[in-house]
Amino acid sequence: MSQATQQDAATGVIESVSGPVVTARDLDARMNDVVYVGDEGLMGEVIEIEGNITTIQVYEETSGVGPGEPVENTGEPLSVDLGPGMLDAIYDGTQRPLDVLEDKMDSAFLDRGVDAPGIDLEKEWEFEPTVEVGDEVSAGDVIGTVEETVTITHKVMVPPDYEGGEVTAIEAGEFNVEETVAELDSGEEVSMHQEWPVREARPSVEKRTPTKPLVSGQRVLDGLFPIAKGGTAAIPGPFGSGKTVTQHQLAKWADADIVVYVGCGERGNEMTEVIEDFPELEDPKTGNPLMARTSLIANTSNMPVAARESCIYTGITIAEYYRDMGYDVALMADSTSRWAEAMREISSRLEEMPGEEGYPAYLAARLSQFYERAGYFENVNGTMGSVSVIGAVSPPGGDFSEPVTQNTLRIVKTFWALDADLAERRHFPSINWNESYSLYRDQLDPWFEENVTEDWSEIRQWAIDVLDEESELQEIVQLVGKDALPEDQQLTLEIARYLREAYLQQNAFHPTDTFCPPEKTYLILTAIKTLNDEAFDALDAGVPVEDLVSLESAPQINRIGVQEDYEEYVADIKEDITEELRGMY
Amino acid sequence: MKEYQTINEISGPLVYAEVDEPIGYDEIVEIETDDGRTLRGQVLESNDGLVAIQVFEGTSGIDRKASVRFLGETLKMPVTEDLLGRVMDGTGQPIDGGPEIVPESREDIIGAAINPYSREYPEEFIQTGVSAIDGMNTLVRGQKLPIFSASGLPHNDLALQIARQASVPEDEEGDDEDSSEFAVVFGAMGITQEEANEFMDDFERTGALERSVVFANLADDPAVERTVTPRLALTTAEYLAFEKDYHVLVILTDMTNYCEALREIGAAREEVPGRRGYPGYMYTDLATLYERAGRIQGREGSVTQLPILTMPGDDDTHPIPDLTGYITEGQIYVDRDLNSQGVQPPVNVLPSLSRLMDDGIGEGLTREDHGDVANQMYAAYAEGENLRDLVNIVGREALSERDNKYLDFAEDFETEFIDQGFETNRSLEDTLDIGWDLLSQLPKSELNRIDEEFIDSYYVEDEGEAVEATAD
Repeated sequence: MSQATQQDAATGVIESVSGPVVTARDLDARMNDVVYVGDEGLMGEVIEIEGNITTIQVYEETSGVGPGEPVENTGEPLSVDLGPGMLDAIYDGTQRPLDVLEDKMDSAFLDRGVDAPGIDLEKEWEFEPTVEVGDEVSAGDVIGTVEETVTITHKVMVPPDYEGGEVTAIEAGEFNVEETVAELDSGEEVSMHQEWPVREARPSVEKRTPTKPLVSGQRVLDGLFPIAKGGTAAIPGPFGSGKTVTQHQLAKWADADIVVYVGCGERGNEMTEVIEDFPELEDPKTGNPLMARTSLIANTSNMPVAARESCIYTGITIAEYYRDMGYDVALMADSTSRWAEAMREISSRLEEMPGEEGYPAYLAARLSQFYERAGYFENVNGTMGSVSVIGAVSPPGGDFSEPVTQNTLRIVKTFWALDADLAERRHFPSINWNESYSLYRDQLDPWFEENVTEDWSEIRQWAIDVLDEESELQEIVQLVGKDALPEDQQLTLEIARYLREAYLQQNAFHPTDTFCPPEKTYLILTAIKTLNDEAFDALDAGVPVEDLVSLESAPQINRIGVQEDYEEYVADIKEDITEELRGMY
Repeated sequence: MKEYQTINEISGPLVYAEVDEPIGYDEIVEIETDDGRTLRGQVLESNDGLVAIQVFEGTSGIDRKASVRFLGETLKMPVTEDLLGRVMDGTGQPIDGGPEIVPESREDIIGAAINPYSREYPEEFIQTGVSAIDGMNTLVRGQKLPIFSASGLPHNDLALQIARQASVPEDEEGDDEDSSEFAVVFGAMGITQEEANEFMDDFERTGALERSVVFANLADDPAVERTVTPRLALTTAEYLAFEKDYHVLVILTDMTNYCEALREIGAAREEVPGRRGYPGYMYTDLATLYERAGRIQGREGSVTQLPILTMPGDDDTHPIPDLTGYITEGQIYVDRDLNSQGVQPPVNVLPSLSRLMDDGIGEGLTREDHGDVANQMYAAYAEGENLRDLVNIVGREALSERDNKYLDFAEDFETEFIDQGFETNRSLEDTLDIGWDLLSQLPKSELNRIDEEFIDSYYVEDEGEAVEATAD
């Protein structure tokens, strides 16, 4: 979190304390100013002003805090520190680095009243200018670069609220983030450190229609329900249906330049898993450790609820900052329901009139404000960058009709519905292919057709048709049994089974199957299509369906996923299937 | 310490008192009544001049003349290793007639959150000796794995079986440097005296009491006290685990009663209720309990939680199981149908889940084929289950040979794999071998979730010679 150093701080006095909500009197503050509460200086934010009474949500545990203690205003809104050092970092909901906190508190438990800047202010970075003295620069322009991690070159930009002008001094060298690296003739000095209020979107020129997919390496996503770079997606599902695994898979394998992972009100051990796994995993694009492109925000469920409310904003602001450099950023928020619940909790402590199911009436507005910060943007400095947002939703009882799911679905364009039944059958990822949708399909098809294969959309449509037919047939099967169906329908069921088992299912824990490039996704489909075409030819030629569903070569299809040299393997399977089937008639 | 006789409102478990000094939020309060009783409570809301106090023992007997003392500190649990073997009531007072507890330190019962950066990822397999858990939903040290049950089901027997049998298999590669001992912290909230006896008898019978700490808030104890009991238990557990290097298993029962108490307090405070009248902050509140399980880097001990809850109306979408499931790392379902079929323990593995399983099993941890076997059995049992509905309509004859095999599998899975009895302690090897026996009823080509290598070495070709082929 940004450490505001305010001179003329207006001090107030605590009037009442109720959990994370504290009221103070005689505090001269604006809405959303950051304040320090009590003798211990707990961080809080002004959320309501009524006469002389100011209401504050406190980002730390308030046990023992009482009336009469002072409240100090910083006069600044909740902001994040932006600069090199945000990647490979792990923050709490207000951008306090958790590793630094561990050192400062000298304890494995989170203490109160300890603050730390979001980026290391001492560390020196090798600054390489990209403009010269005499060049004209304006707000947002890149003036130099820093190797932030092995993967990412950090671009040092003129802050968006600067006037800009002619560069009067700039040179290469080792600087810490607070030192001036460039001077402008407007008198402004540029350092590598910027601050930005989290609740405000960073400026851009224009939002464009996204046309490139965010390739995730997950067959069911890339193949059937793709998301665009700059797109929005929601993953709702009851507990145990695999939301977090899906989010982790995306964070690991999505072909974004930068990943911001926000663990919002979720489990501590899950965040630990990310912290332990990511440095060891390889980024499929560059071969470098995944952590080198990742920024983590961990506000677990037992950490203060107000910081949970802010962690989503902290995450998206960091994402926007890298977008401004021209990068494709993917933000995973797990889970937006916990964020909404944090709003509900604060709202009920404020005794606001509740909307649906106790959520505040502004729930829909907050959700749409957040998702609207995603997009494919033309940045102020002329580069193109994107922020894709993938939000997990945890509907109570798995009921999608609840307010958070419904309000989210009105905004996002991709819907990956997780299904408890599929999860129970250990069909993972348990994304229900009948309920899910992606509105990006049409605008992304040209990319797949150009970069993967020409018949991408055609064969996908075939697969969808088979799956649709299967779900209709299943209803009949439930009544009369499989054997009562005509032979061609029995065969369709068999083909659909392969689609489910070999194509839709994917083992996230298998070293090879965990990431499936689009070419492989396509080849698996073609293998099943070959089986389909050949088997129906055989059926027409009079081969009984019993023989067609007990082929020796067909079960091989289920093993394509785990093959590294899949191209040859698929070619062999197709040959085997064709041979076996044609040998039958 | 100032004393006040300024109570101006008493409502349900809450007392409102006027004060002329600042009182801290969550501070501990003592209220002395006319008849000389001392009741304890906690500050729920602190305003300038007025505080709301939640009285643990209930407000009966308090009148406006009662005197109120603010102790100036939040609730602390006196902790020491000597707590092992002791029995306390729901507020931490000894009730076993033993000597007074001499604390080594006093810890705040509102535990601070563990820094996610300082945690160590749990991946040490705990063998519970229960196939349904070890084989299909493996428990690891530092996990929180609740038992989702309902009234009339033997969840206590299952919890006791786990507490009795839980062990960590010896490390084969020489000495295991951690020689930590195992301890049980038992937090009872609103359970009946009979249930409590069942636990206590079993603890005594097996000698487990010596390494246990018991906190018992019984059904007729004040409901509000129940909000404190689990925190006392967890504070003790954390102390034993992270200061004294014990591997602590915390059994909390019944979480449903805890949530009822939360609702009662919420209602008394006239809060805006959330779903089914439970407070909107129940998720956060439950998280502050469940998240206290875990491991910490550089510390020997661990806290593993096994909370038990009874689902009202067997409904897992009820807020209590629902919110719990979103916080905990999986859940074990105790199933009414299996119970009436006499399956012991009646664990329904299909909706059950252990989220930390994948990292705690496999080569070097349990056995190389563990994950694949579990996956395949899940899929096969699910398929068999599905077919049962169909059989009811069309009869077995109408099904294909393949379908019949799956039906048989589902049947045998329940009777041979799950139904082991509450007294049987199965090693993981046994569990997996039984699994292979069952899977070998299916043709090899159906085992599409198992690596071919493992099929070659474990598949039982001829059912008669079951044991031979599975030798490791």
